[in-house]
Amino acid sequence: MSIPGLLPELEVIRKDFPILERVLDGGRPLVYLDSANTSQKPQVVIDTMVDHLEHHNANVARAMHQLGAESSEAFEAARDKVAAFIKAPSRDEVIFTKNATEALNLVANTLAWRGDLQVGEGDEVVITEMEHHSNIVPWQLLTERTGATLRWFGLTDDGRLDLSDIDELITERTKVVSLAWVSNMLGTINPVREIADRAHQVGAIVVVDASQAAPQLPVDVVASGADVLVFTGHKVVGPTGIGVLWGRREVLEALPPFHGGGEMIETVRMERSTYAGIPHKFEAGTPPIVEAVGLGAAVDYLGHVGMDAIHAHEQAITAYALEGLRTVPGLTVMGPLDAASRGGAISFEITGVHPHDVAQVLDSRGIAVRAGHHCAKPAHARFGVQSSTRMSSYLYTTPAEIDALVDGLNYTRSYFKLGE
Amino acid sequence: MDLDSLYQEIILDHYKHPHHAGLRDPYEAEVHHVNPTCGDELTLRVHLADGVVSDVSYDAMGCSISQASASVMADLLIGKDVDEAMSIHQTFLELMQGKGQVEPDEDVLGDGIAFAGVAKFPARVKCALLSWMAWKDATAQSLEKEKA
Repeated sequence: MSIPGLLPELEVIRKDFPILERVLDGGRPLVYLDSANTSQKPQVVIDTMVDHLEHHNANVARAMHQLGAESSEAFEAARDKVAAFIKAPSRDEVIFTKNATEALNLVANTLAWRGDLQVGEGDEVVITEMEHHSNIVPWQLLTERTGATLRWFGLTDDGRLDLSDIDELITERTKVVSLAWVSNMLGTINPVREIADRAHQVGAIVVVDASQAAPQLPVDVVASGADVLVFTGHKVVGPTGIGVLWGRREVLEALPPFHGGGEMIETVRMERSTYAGIPHKFEAGTPPIVEAVGLGAAVDYLGHVGMDAIHAHEQAITAYALEGLRTVPGLTVMGPLDAASRGGAISFEITGVHPHDVAQVLDSRGIAVRAGHHCAKPAHARFGVQSSTRMSSYLYTTPAEIDALVDGLNYTRSYFKLGE
Repeated sequence: MDLDSLYQEIILDHYKHPHHAGLRDPYEAEVHHVNPTCGDELTLRVHLADGVVSDVSYDAMGCSISQASASVMADLLIGKDVDEAMSIHQTFLELMQGKGQVEPDEDVLGDGIAFAGVAKFPARVKCALLSWMAWKDATAQSLEKEKA
């Protein structure tokens, strides 16, 4: 079946992802609806990483031999590809980290130390109630350590940011505003630019967690209004172990180093050291080289398919899924109900069946979803639930897989003997 | 994986109609245990009298396996000597950690044998153990209080 907006060559795209051919125990074909958790990898990413390990492996920036040069070139080429993917004004503003969590911790941690951007007593940091734990806990640590105050935007009943008190929340005391571009639980796409403009009026820096946005929206870091933007490699069809921190040059230069070690220095004496410029100032130690190379191939792949086309596909699948989920008795979707204002992660609950049990029954039919609090306990608490089931699509998801989910949910209800 | 080996009829019955649910007085110790990966939460109270587990009461939020397990456990342990209850606890623990290779003893575990299938689903073992671990913790605290 075809619906408007789907990627025109969906079957070809699916062939790029070998795992989608996987048959699970008992002969069940895989229906992978857990891409917001981690995305699957196309053959080109796998091949690029294998090729690097087979033919070019060496440490980067410190090996004076041919392999070292090849490895360094591949690693730095990945930085160029990522810079192009997010339209960064300068490749030097792209820092490789372990993941988005490390990128957020890098910022929240270094803001505690002496410098132009230092957060201290009397200052305020503003986040939102729909953040992933990785965009809550680092800011709790920062404010607890410095005596600053943590504040947050609440949520409306339909799962959007409640901006009615924005002028009370973002004030002259605000030093940092940090928020998700797209919620990993509610799917909501937040008005990042509007909030960033308000934050900039009071001189605050804006940190954007684009972990769920980078996979499905075209990203232009400057247009977004962010001063710092982070995302993780494994959700954009790249490998695990690699994340990205982009920051405006002035911000990155004003922040002190995070990890100390090799590669981040200019010179080291026993009394004190001086530091390298960005990006290397924030890349101490041997970096995740093959992971960066894989990420470069991944964002190249997404760029080739086209982020506008991927976004349209996600919206079409999300609209189709919202329609299908509506037909399941007792099912409540959390977050916005119109596909246009949300991403491809849809969390829901079914009266009378716990999310774990939903996920278990779906798994017995080959359907992979996530169940639990999705590292967003406060957002669940806001809606009076402890956990939820989440389906999440990506560029390889088909309407037939959504049909399989809806059938599986109806089967789940009958398995637990729930009436109509 | 065979779904019916996980969701035995006995488990679904206990899930729908949990025994001994709710928090009651008197009690010597109350504990709150959570499963950090999934968010399941349980508050559990233990009342000991003359070396006997005279009540186990609880308020649980969680999946069918964790809820049913609390219900079956309360059935099994209430009225037993503390030593015997500890030994039942140990037997259930061994069953859950046996990866599906342990033959359950119905004389000791009663309805608890229905959880034998859970042991084959590693992700669900901690659901089944949540209430048992909470009971052990609360009982240990009660015993310490007695001593003090």
